[in-house]
Amino acid sequence: MNQQHGIEAEGLVRTFKGGIRAVDGIDLAVAHGEIYGFLGPNGAGKSTTVHMLTTLLPPTAGSARVAGFDVLTQGPEVRRAIGAALQEAALDPLLTGREHLHLQCALHGIPRAERRQRAGELLRRVGLTEAADRKVKGYSGGMKRRLDLALALAHRPSILFLDEPTTGLDVQSRTALWTEVGRLAREDGVTVFLTTQYLEEADALAGRVGIIDHGKIVAEGTPDELKAQIGRPTVEAVPHDGTDPAAIARILERFGERTDGSPKGVSVRLGKGVGELAEIVRALDAEGIEVDHLQLHAPSLDDVFLAKTGRSLEGAAEEEEAEEGA
Amino acid sequence: MSLAAQVGHLARRSIVRTLRQPASSIPPLIFPTALLAVTSAGLNSATRLPGFPSSSFLAFFLAFPFIQGALFATMNAGTDLARDIQTGFLNRLALTPMRGAALIAGHLAGVVTMGFVQACFYLTVGLIAGVSLATGALGAVTILALATLIALAFGALGAFFALRTGSGEAVQGLFPLLFVGLFLSSMNLPRNLIEIDWFRFAATVNPISYLIEGVRSLIITGWDGQALALGFGIAAILALVSLAAASWALHERLTRT
Repeated sequence: MNQQHGIEAEGLVRTFKGGIRAVDGIDLAVAHGEIYGFLGPNGAGKSTTVHMLTTLLPPTAGSARVAGFDVLTQGPEVRRAIGAALQEAALDPLLTGREHLHLQCALHGIPRAERRQRAGELLRRVGLTEAADRKVKGYSGGMKRRLDLALALAHRPSILFLDEPTTGLDVQSRTALWTEVGRLAREDGVTVFLTTQYLEEADALAGRVGIIDHGKIVAEGTPDELKAQIGRPTVEAVPHDGTDPAAIARILERFGERTDGSPKGVSVRLGKGVGELAEIVRALDAEGIEVDHLQLHAPSLDDVFLAKTGRSLEGAAEEEEAEEGA
Repeated sequence: MSLAAQVGHLARRSIVRTLRQPASSIPPLIFPTALLAVTSAGLNSATRLPGFPSSSFLAFFLAFPFIQGALFATMNAGTDLARDIQTGFLNRLALTPMRGAALIAGHLAGVVTMGFVQACFYLTVGLIAGVSLATGALGAVTILALATLIALAFGALGAFFALRTGSGEAVQGLFPLLFVGLFLSSMNLPRNLIEIDWFRFAATVNPISYLIEGVRSLIITGWDGQALALGFGIAAILALVSLAAASWALHERLTRT
């Protein structure tokens, strides 16, 4: 394994009772300071992977090193180097936010004199100073998530594991958390391993994305690389009443080959990319052709998931939930 | 960080939690005291039975709250730990350098502290109600020590069940069973005065009888070496077995490497 990486795994496997192979031979290499997005539906094996990398669950097979330490034989060293906010914000409803931070700092061996200062600093950073002395049971979901993040950062870890940190949060809370995670990687050089089932989260935050399905990584790369694997963007134009669709088709075909679109519209797959959109608008305008609707459809990570697994991410989540419920 | 410091931090949390839950901290004080008042008033005529060891049923029955309070300790210790498992808080703790022994000891230190406070309360209530201890001030200290040991034993039992099941409901389900065990003991009558054979047998093989009799001897008999040896001995064995079981269950539960 390469010591240059913050997180490395080779052939990581976890089997549960009944022979269920939750993680089925995963290889990972996450560079220092990188934000790595681990994208997949519920039940794909994301959380099990995080539990193994954070030493909470021993792998059935394979090996992994986190911060240069073996997760199987150097658990305490790994735990000293990492911070983790797991899937559920694991908080004590009867303690205040400040008490949580004091306890976390104390258990990490931060001297008493520094604890107050560190707690205050983290509470400010996650915007919980005013709520610091309120019991957590009165916090909103977003506040709990932010406190969870602050707790994960208490001992200044070099690697941060965030397991679906924004699930169930409103847009405002989600954006605030994204901002803080981005800042951590950019300014503090923290390596972030982020699991998510939200495409836009992986797209917005992650430098690289691994897509996991049924315990296996089915695709990996930067979001742009992954989308590029799927193909070029398409443009669809819906003619204005009285406009001849054939006239629109003649113009659009100058920019790419025809493709299936909506029944009322004309679609082409762009030959050179999204940069041609402006030229299409100018060409339509020059010919005096009116359109009701002009839409650019760039490949999304959902398209990547669909291409790699044959299912959409949303459909896969529903399928996994149905399997779990059966 | 030393084990003692870790235990201290977790014990503090445990006590703070208990104090912030009136539903957990008040019933262990109120219910045993209320039962003490009702039973000692209702069964006072039992003192006229030939061979009854005390002229005051209140003094005779005062041992009961210490044991019932310890049963509450079982439930509180267990449900708190089960909640930590269910909410994932145990995983949060497992990701710190906290040692497994500190987790159990921290929880139990909180339980034992509360058990000690409860015991002080019951003893004070008894003294205010007119009970005089046959063993004096040193006996009071010994009662508190035995009551605290019993709270530790039952608290560890609750922790074991919580760690095995991970369910607060399962721990609460244990409480009625232990309560039945308490009633099938010598809590209401000395064993030699129980006339029904199967009940006397049940009370004789029931370890709770000896815990009660250990406390009771200090209140009404005086320094009874045999009763104290049995009381402290059984409490210590129960504590050791429960602690060992809880440690094993924690090892099974915490699969961290």
